[in-house]
Amino acid sequence: MYAITVEDLVKKFGDFTAVNNLSFNIESGEVFGLLGPNGAGKTTTISMLSTMLKPTSGNASVNGFDIRTNEDDVRKSIGIVFQDQSLDEELTAYENMDFHGRLYRIPKNVRQKKIIELLELVELDDKKDNLVKTYSGGMRRRLEIARGLLHEPKVLFLDEPTLGLDPQTRNHLWDYIEKLNKEKGITIILTTHYMEEADKLCHRVAIVDRGQIIALDTSEKLKNDIGGDVITIVSQQKDDLYSIIRSLSEIKSIEVHDNFITIGLQNAEKHVAKIVTMASENGITIESLSIHKPTLEDVFLHFTGRTIREEEASTKDKMRMMMKGRR
Amino acid sequence: MDIVYTIWLRNVKRYVRSKSRMLGSLGMPLFLLLVLGFGLDSVVTLPGMEQGYIGFIMPGIISMSVLFTSVFAGIQIIWDKQFGFLKETLVAPVSRLEIMLGQTFGGATTAVIQGLIILVLSLFIGLEITSIPGFAIAIMFMLLIGISFTAFGIAIASRMDDMHGFQLIMNFVIFPIFGLSGALFPIDSLPSWARSLTLLDPLTYGVEGIRYGLLGTSQVDPAVSFMVLSGFTVFMVFVGSYLFRKISI
Repeated sequence: MYAITVEDLVKKFGDFTAVNNLSFNIESGEVFGLLGPNGAGKTTTISMLSTMLKPTSGNASVNGFDIRTNEDDVRKSIGIVFQDQSLDEELTAYENMDFHGRLYRIPKNVRQKKIIELLELVELDDKKDNLVKTYSGGMRRRLEIARGLLHEPKVLFLDEPTLGLDPQTRNHLWDYIEKLNKEKGITIILTTHYMEEADKLCHRVAIVDRGQIIALDTSEKLKNDIGGDVITIVSQQKDDLYSIIRSLSEIKSIEVHDNFITIGLQNAEKHVAKIVTMASENGITIESLSIHKPTLEDVFLHFTGRTIREEEASTKDKMRMMMKGRR
Repeated sequence: MDIVYTIWLRNVKRYVRSKSRMLGSLGMPLFLLLVLGFGLDSVVTLPGMEQGYIGFIMPGIISMSVLFTSVFAGIQIIWDKQFGFLKETLVAPVSRLEIMLGQTFGGATTAVIQGLIILVLSLFIGLEITSIPGFAIAIMFMLLIGISFTAFGIAIASRMDDMHGFQLIMNFVIFPIFGLSGALFPIDSLPSWARSLTLLDPLTYGVEGIRYGLLGTSQVDPAVSFMVLSGFTVFMVFVGSYLFRKISI
């Protein structure tokens, strides 16, 4: 049984296509990651799946309910933690939870019990009567997650759940998310642009770029696609280096970027000496060289030819131009 | 209904909690009441007004207080939009009409409380409540002003992205509505063209209704006032909920 199915989903804003023919399925009980740079269309996708935005075309269902025709049932099945904070700071944590419980028509006795239970889960029970404006960023995030779980959703959307949090709080949140998925069996779909986050939490990862999925698999498989280890070489004569070593049989993949080359191969330690020797025999200076296990960052680079940072910079420019055009 | 109550409850809680806003919005009406009331009391004599000019403007100042509080309460959903809280409400399995009505009644409640505070303070400077039915009539008119202008605020807020336009609305919409109503002057003594202008202002009927309730005299028949203001209230709730439905985040 699929928790979420998405078929040819498209969302256009004017002539800008934010989400372009997206299709994927998420199994019930899965932790699914949408990974990509800012502006790739992750939040737009979540907004459509949570019925906040109407798709331009295409179909999708959440928990078996069509997002176009059965909004109310979709809304009852999902919990959502938005990218931006959505708490009422003038109310206490308990009151924020209570407001939510009433909106989802949870009967009073159940509501009171569950609120305390969940606040204990996120370790905020001793501060439940403090106004939210006195909370730190991490506490707010935890409160939002607790709130999203109050009505026992089948599917939980987490849009950039750890954005702007310090590493310690982030680890803490990751543990909660794993625990939730294991103990309650909730299907979780999260968006992130932190490679580590997707790597650590998600069973499967979809890499999204410019509104399209460019790769979808477990992070292990995605990393294997690159071919074992990754060697990054920075050199001024990168093109010469490329033409010399490209024919080596051990090399699974090789790509030339702005000022560096990435090489994917098995057992990089054994072959690196050979590559360096070949370079120096041909009079090529290597400025620096590194070997590492592939990360999702490398996967992104492998599939798009760009690093996530480059991509973010260019999308930001695009967005800025769009904003200017609108005014 | 429980959803409307939930949203109402949140608004009232927030209001009760922010003492500074409560006090702050009392400042202007009290100031006007004292300065205009005492300042002009001896110069202005109104035929048939035993309570003098200060007695005459008390209902006007009460409706001013209700007007400003309710418009502001409606416009507040812009804050909710900016601070993200509106999303939490909109993604819940509830209809937008329920949200809008909860917001409207919440705003109207706080506005009536503000009006009542002015009314109570007025008791210390000469206002006398002679009949209980009259008092009830005054409260009913305050409630109608509260509901219609909160809905008005929501309608405006649904079309605004941020608070930048707020001054514009205040100076070019709210102050004229207040100024043109018969809050500070008897509309009967106006030249006929100006009089018809004041009769276009819905607040005029609110002021006249409250004045009838509290002082027993008014220049517009209270039944007419009631009908016009009720009609305006229904209209604004319609417009407000229509525009609120189309809000997107």
